[in-house]
Amino acid sequence: MTAWLAQHGDAVRLAMRRLASAPVNSLLYLLAIGVALALPAGGQMLLANALSLAGTTSAVPHISVFMAANADRGMAAEIESRLKKRGDIKRVQFLPREETLARMKANPGLRDVIEALAANPFPDAFVLAVADERPEAMERLAVELRQLPRVEHVQLDSAWVRRLDALLQLGRTAVLVLGVLLSAGLIAISFSIIRMQVLTHRTEIEVSGLLGATDGFIRRPFLYYGLLLGLGGGIVAWLLVGAAALWLRAPLGELVRLYDLTLVLQTPGTRDSALLLAFAAGLGWLGAIISLQQHLRKS
Amino acid sequence: MIRFDRVSKRYPPGVDALSDISFEVAEREMVLVSGHSGAGKSTLLKLIAAVEKSTGGAVLVGGQNVSGLARAALPYLRRRIGMVFQDQKLLFDRNAFENVMLPLSITGFPRREAAQRVRAALDKVGLSSREKALPVMLSGGEQQRLAIARAVVGRPKLLLADEPTAHLDADTAADVARIFKEFNHVGVTVLIATYAGDLFPGARRLQLEHGKLLP
Repeated sequence: MTAWLAQHGDAVRLAMRRLASAPVNSLLYLLAIGVALALPAGGQMLLANALSLAGTTSAVPHISVFMAANADRGMAAEIESRLKKRGDIKRVQFLPREETLARMKANPGLRDVIEALAANPFPDAFVLAVADERPEAMERLAVELRQLPRVEHVQLDSAWVRRLDALLQLGRTAVLVLGVLLSAGLIAISFSIIRMQVLTHRTEIEVSGLLGATDGFIRRPFLYYGLLLGLGGGIVAWLLVGAAALWLRAPLGELVRLYDLTLVLQTPGTRDSALLLAFAAGLGWLGAIISLQQHLRKS
Repeated sequence: MIRFDRVSKRYPPGVDALSDISFEVAEREMVLVSGHSGAGKSTLLKLIAAVEKSTGGAVLVGGQNVSGLARAALPYLRRRIGMVFQDQKLLFDRNAFENVMLPLSITGFPRREAAQRVRAALDKVGLSSREKALPVMLSGGEQQRLAIARAVVGRPKLLLADEPTAHLDADTAADVARIFKEFNHVGVTVLIATYAGDLFPGARRLQLEHGKLLP
């Protein structure tokens, strides 16, 4: 066990020594991997922020039911009792037309317009919270509600939630596609770097084999080299994404404030960061494995 | 220790490096393989360490037919054999100590004990003061002695050396020959491919000519 650990320790040290022996090359490798990883990692960060933004705004979808303008209060009361009997409606909030008028008048921009009208333009209305918030279920319910007598208009305000959802879905797909493509790129980078390493250390590989080294012993430092490349590249990507987040925080916050929302752009969380580093290290390792399979037997 | 049973080695497209070779080397024996350049001396040594595989016959090392060994079994055969290569094959980016340490790292030897063994091996070949030196800083004779230290640090029962005294001046060659004799005296079986046979008086000689063993 200790011998096994010592051999792995030796392999890691050797890999580090090789990285350090050509510092400029190593830095450029890390930069290449880091930039490649920063794109999907940055996308993921923006997505996580968008999700949290969507979460903080009231995303509970409602259905608004508007009575005809000439329907009297008795009709409205009857509709209200019918709505309350339904099991698929959780809560019914009645908005009397007078109240709506008063609320609209409170808006200074609208007051003049409303006062110029002869009669109250607003109908009695209900705001419904539903039991089943899935868009299809709400759509079905809305169709039924439109059949009620003296109901003029039924409006689903889940539309924007669906739009946001669709946008986030698109974002997720984009990040995924970008991630897959650039992961393949990272494997390719690691592959060719390890190939050059194998060429550089051809004598050492040959001599080790002649002295009784197993394939595992010979491969180990190269695998750790690939792993360290990936890990280092992951750290570079993490730094790039973190720096971009801090840099974008003020301007993006300003933009979002114009939509009456607040957003403080967050750098990647612990879980996302750990995932990024593990993923990067794994890809570097994988590139090294494939490369060794291609190049070691020949030497 | 070593037995060749009607061994032949043919390289494509049909060059016979060795043909129908049979001989035995007993334990603790010192044997020279001599012959002109291209007679098959190096090939013979390579067959023993399974660096090359015979195309006919059996090569037995310690009772084991090494020409039939699986690739995965080769490392464990080579760990039992010390090898000094014709071109030495030292690692030029590692110092003398690290070069000698390599076989012990490969076998996973405990580190502290390994360091002691490395120093003992360097001491035996007279390089204990040069352990930090890179191979380029060593003279030809010192490089050869370093290669020998690396071959013996694992304390093998069998030592193979391919032209260990070539390119050395007479004094240095005699010095290197003396080191081999010392190892043989402490019980190591030694097989040396050389055409400087007079450096090893008293050793049995296998004479190769055009891939055939002369009687």
